[in-house]
Amino acid sequence: MIKILISDRYEISAFRSFMTNLISLVSGLFMIGLVFLFLGVNPFYAVFKIFSGSFGSFYGFKETLTKAIPLILIGSGLTLAFRAKFWNIGAEGQLLMGAVFASWTGLFLGNALPSYMIVPLMFFSGFIGGALWGMIPAILKIRFSINEVISTLMLNYICADFLTMLIVGPWKGSTRFGFPGTDNLPESAVLGLIPGSRIHYATFILSILCAVILCIVIYKTRFGYEARVVGENPDAGRYAGIDFLKTTLILMIISGGLAGLAGVGEIAGIHHYLGYPAAVSSGYGFTAIIVAWLAKLNPLLTLISGIFFAGILVGGDAIQISLGLPAATVNIVNGILLICLIMGEYFLKNKITLRFSK
Amino acid sequence: MKKNKRLEMKGISKSFHGIPANRDISFSIESGEILGLLGENGAGKTTLMNILYGLYQPDSGEIRINETQVRINNPVESIANGIGMVHQHFMLIQNHSVLENIALSHKDTPFFFPNLRIREKIEEFSKSFDFNIDPAKKIWQLSAGEQQRVEIIKALLNGADLLILDEPTSVLTPQEIKELITILKKMKTKGHMIIFISHKLDEIMDICDRVLVLQKGKIAGRALTGDTDKKSLARMMVGREVVFNIKKEKLERGRQILSVEHLTVIGDKGFPALKDISFDVFENEIFGVAGVSGNGQRELAEAVTGIRTVRSGSIRINDEDITNTSPRHIYDQGVSHVPEERIRFGIAPGLFLYDNAILKQHHLKKFSRRYFLKYEEVKKHAKKILNDFNVSAHSINSRIGNLSGGNIQKLILGREISEKPQLLVASHPTYGLDVGATEFMRNHLLELRKTGSAVLLFSEDLEEIFELCDRIAVIFDGEFMAILDSGDNRLDDIGLMMAGSKKI
Repeated sequence: MIKILISDRYEISAFRSFMTNLISLVSGLFMIGLVFLFLGVNPFYAVFKIFSGSFGSFYGFKETLTKAIPLILIGSGLTLAFRAKFWNIGAEGQLLMGAVFASWTGLFLGNALPSYMIVPLMFFSGFIGGALWGMIPAILKIRFSINEVISTLMLNYICADFLTMLIVGPWKGSTRFGFPGTDNLPESAVLGLIPGSRIHYATFILSILCAVILCIVIYKTRFGYEARVVGENPDAGRYAGIDFLKTTLILMIISGGLAGLAGVGEIAGIHHYLGYPAAVSSGYGFTAIIVAWLAKLNPLLTLISGIFFAGILVGGDAIQISLGLPAATVNIVNGILLICLIMGEYFLKNKITLRFSK
Repeated sequence: MKKNKRLEMKGISKSFHGIPANRDISFSIESGEILGLLGENGAGKTTLMNILYGLYQPDSGEIRINETQVRINNPVESIANGIGMVHQHFMLIQNHSVLENIALSHKDTPFFFPNLRIREKIEEFSKSFDFNIDPAKKIWQLSAGEQQRVEIIKALLNGADLLILDEPTSVLTPQEIKELITILKKMKTKGHMIIFISHKLDEIMDICDRVLVLQKGKIAGRALTGDTDKKSLARMMVGREVVFNIKKEKLERGRQILSVEHLTVIGDKGFPALKDISFDVFENEIFGVAGVSGNGQRELAEAVTGIRTVRSGSIRINDEDITNTSPRHIYDQGVSHVPEERIRFGIAPGLFLYDNAILKQHHLKKFSRRYFLKYEEVKKHAKKILNDFNVSAHSINSRIGNLSGGNIQKLILGREISEKPQLLVASHPTYGLDVGATEFMRNHLLELRKTGSAVLLFSEDLEEIFELCDRIAVIFDGEFMAILDSGDNRLDDIGLMMAGSKKI
C-alpha cells in the first residue's frame, strides 16, 4: 500500500519557488499540447507558432507590447487586492466602467478642450469609473459580509450590459449607420501612438509607473503593511486595530482604478470609440488574474508576466489564422496555465511524501 | 437487553509529541451507573474519552467490555460496541430536520424512504424519555438544549449502552440543565451507563454516583459522591493545598489605571459572557483573574482591549472613558495586550519577523513618516526585541510562522511591553511554555509591576496566580466569585470558587 503524507513546508527558497513555477508552466504546456493533439494539430508546431507569432517578429512583438499594457495595469492592481486576500474577479467590469467614464469625458468635453487637458481628464475619469465600480464589492463585503468573488464576478455582467445599453440607446453615434457604438472620439481625445505600431505610449509609460509605484506601496508604506496583515491574518488585523473598511476601500479604489485606466487606454488608444464590451476588452480583466498570480503577487514582476501573457494572446490570434483553430483556443491555453500555476502553489506550500508499505 | 454491561479501561497512557496527556489511567463503570469525570482544562479528560470513542489509539493499556478485551479503531467500531458520545460542539447539520439528522447517522437506516421507519423510532424514544422534540423541525430552529437531546437520541438509536457526555451543561440554560438531569436519571434506571465530563462541582455532586478526578493526565483521586464533599473534590482537582510562594517585593500600589464598572458583554454564543462585573487595577499592581477557561476571561480581555463590543457598563483608563472605542485608540491610551491565542491573534504568520515586531505599533511616529514605514527603525526595533527577550530566530528576515510557540510568545511580550504600557492585559502568557520561558515571562511581568505599570493577568495556572498577583479575582460563569488580596486565607477555597460552589 502507498501512503501519501502531506505536511507544511516552512522554508520556501527562491529557487524552489522559481522551479515550481517553471515546472507548472511546462506541465501546463504539455496539457495544452494534448488539447492541440485532440484538435488534430501538431502540438509542437502549434506551441511554436504561438510564441513565434508573438515574440518571433518585430510586428508580433509590437502587438504583444500593445496587449501587455492593460494586462500590466490590471495585473499590478490585482496583486495588491490579492495580497489582502480580496479576490477581485471583477477587473473586467472595472475596465469597462473606466472605458464608459472616459468615453463620456472624451465625447462630451473633447471638442471644447485642448488635448493636453482632455487626455489627463480622460485618464482621471476612467480611474474614478473603475474605482467606483470596485468600491461596491468592498462595501458589500465589509458591511454585509457578501462574498467578493460572487459580487465582483456578477458586477462584470451588470457593467457589460450597462455599456451595451448605452451604445444601443442614448449614446448611439449618428455616424454609425444604425450600428451600435458611439461616434469616434474627437482628435484631441485620441492618444498618440509610437510610430509604426499600435502602442499608445502614454498608457504604456503609465503601466510601468504603476507597477513600480505599487511595488513601493506594498512593501514600503503603512497602507501596504496593513493590507498584507489583513490578508495574512484578519484576526491579527482586528487585534492590531486596523480599520478593515478603510483598508479594503482604498485597495479596491486602487485595484479598480487601475483597471479603469486600462479601459481608457483601450478606448482612447486603440478603438477610438465605445463599442460592444467584447470589442472593448478581449477578457483582459480575467487574463490579468493569471498575470498577477504568475508574478507571485509582486507588481514589478507583472511587467514580465504581463508581456508573457500578452504574447499568448497575440500568438492565439496567430494560430487562429495560420492553423485555422477556433478563437476560443487561446482561452483554453490561459485556463490550463492558471490551473497549473495554482496547483504548483499547493506543491510549493506542502511537502508531499510517499511512503510504501506492505 | 444491554449487550454492554461493564466497561473497564486499564492502564491507559497516551502522549502527543512526547507530552503525556494520559498516564496510567484505570477505571471501570457498570450498568446503571453515572460516573463523573472531573478536572481542569487540559487535565486529559477529553483525550481519555476520545480513546474510548476510537478517535485515538492509546500508547499502552487496554479496554475491556463485559470482561473481554476489545480494540476500538474508530468511532464506527465504538458505536458497534454500544458506546455513544455527545460532543461539546454538536455534530448536526443546521439546515436539515431532526429526522434527517438522525436518519443520517443511524446505522440501520433503510435506503428507500428512510424517514418513515426512523420517525416511528424517534417517537418511541421520545415517549419513553419525555424528550418532546418535533422531528420535522430544522436544527437551527432548536435551542442548544434541544439540539443536545437530538444528539442523545442519535446515540441511543444506535444502541448506545454507554453514553459519554463532554461538558454537556456548558451550553445550556439552568432550566435546560434540570431537564437534562431528569433525562440522565431516567436513563440510569433503564440500565444505561453514563460518563459525565465536567469541571462544575455542583453538577457532579448532583448527578453522579462516583467521581474520577484527573489532574495533569493522572488520576488525582476517586470517590463515591455519597462519601465526599465538594471541598475535598476541589482540592483533588486543583491538586494542592494552596501554598503561598511569593518572591516578589512589597510595593505600595499607586493611582488607579483601569476602572471597570458594571460590565456586561455578550459572548460568541449569544449569551452574556460577562455579567455586571466591576473592578479596578492600580499602578504597581498585578491583578489576577483565576478560573477555568471559558468562564468569561477571554471576553473580558477582548472588551478591555477594544476587540469586543461592550453591551453595557463602562471601562475607563486613567479616568478616560474608552468603552467601545477602537482598539487603536485604546492602544494609544497605553493598553497593551498579550492575546490568548497567540498564533490566531498575535501574529501574521506569513510576514517577516520584523513586520510582526510592530504589529499594532506601525502607526506610531517612531515607525512611520506620513504614509511610509521607516523600515530601518522597524528592523532596529525588531533586533532589540530579539536581543532583550532572548528570542531565538534565524534572523529578523525569517517568517515568523517558522518560530516555535515559546519564541513567538517572547516576541509578542517584547513587542507589547517595549512601549512601556500603562496597563498590560496578559492572557495565559505562559501557557504551553517550558520552565525556562515561563520563569522569564513571569520575571518580566514582575519587572513591569515594579516600573509602575498595571497588569491584568488571566491564568488557569494557580501557582502562577499566587506567585505573581497582588489581588486575585475568581471568575465563574461570567461573574467574579470573589476579589481578594493574595494573602487572604479565604483563598484556600479557590477550588470551590472556580467550580462555582462558593461566592464571597
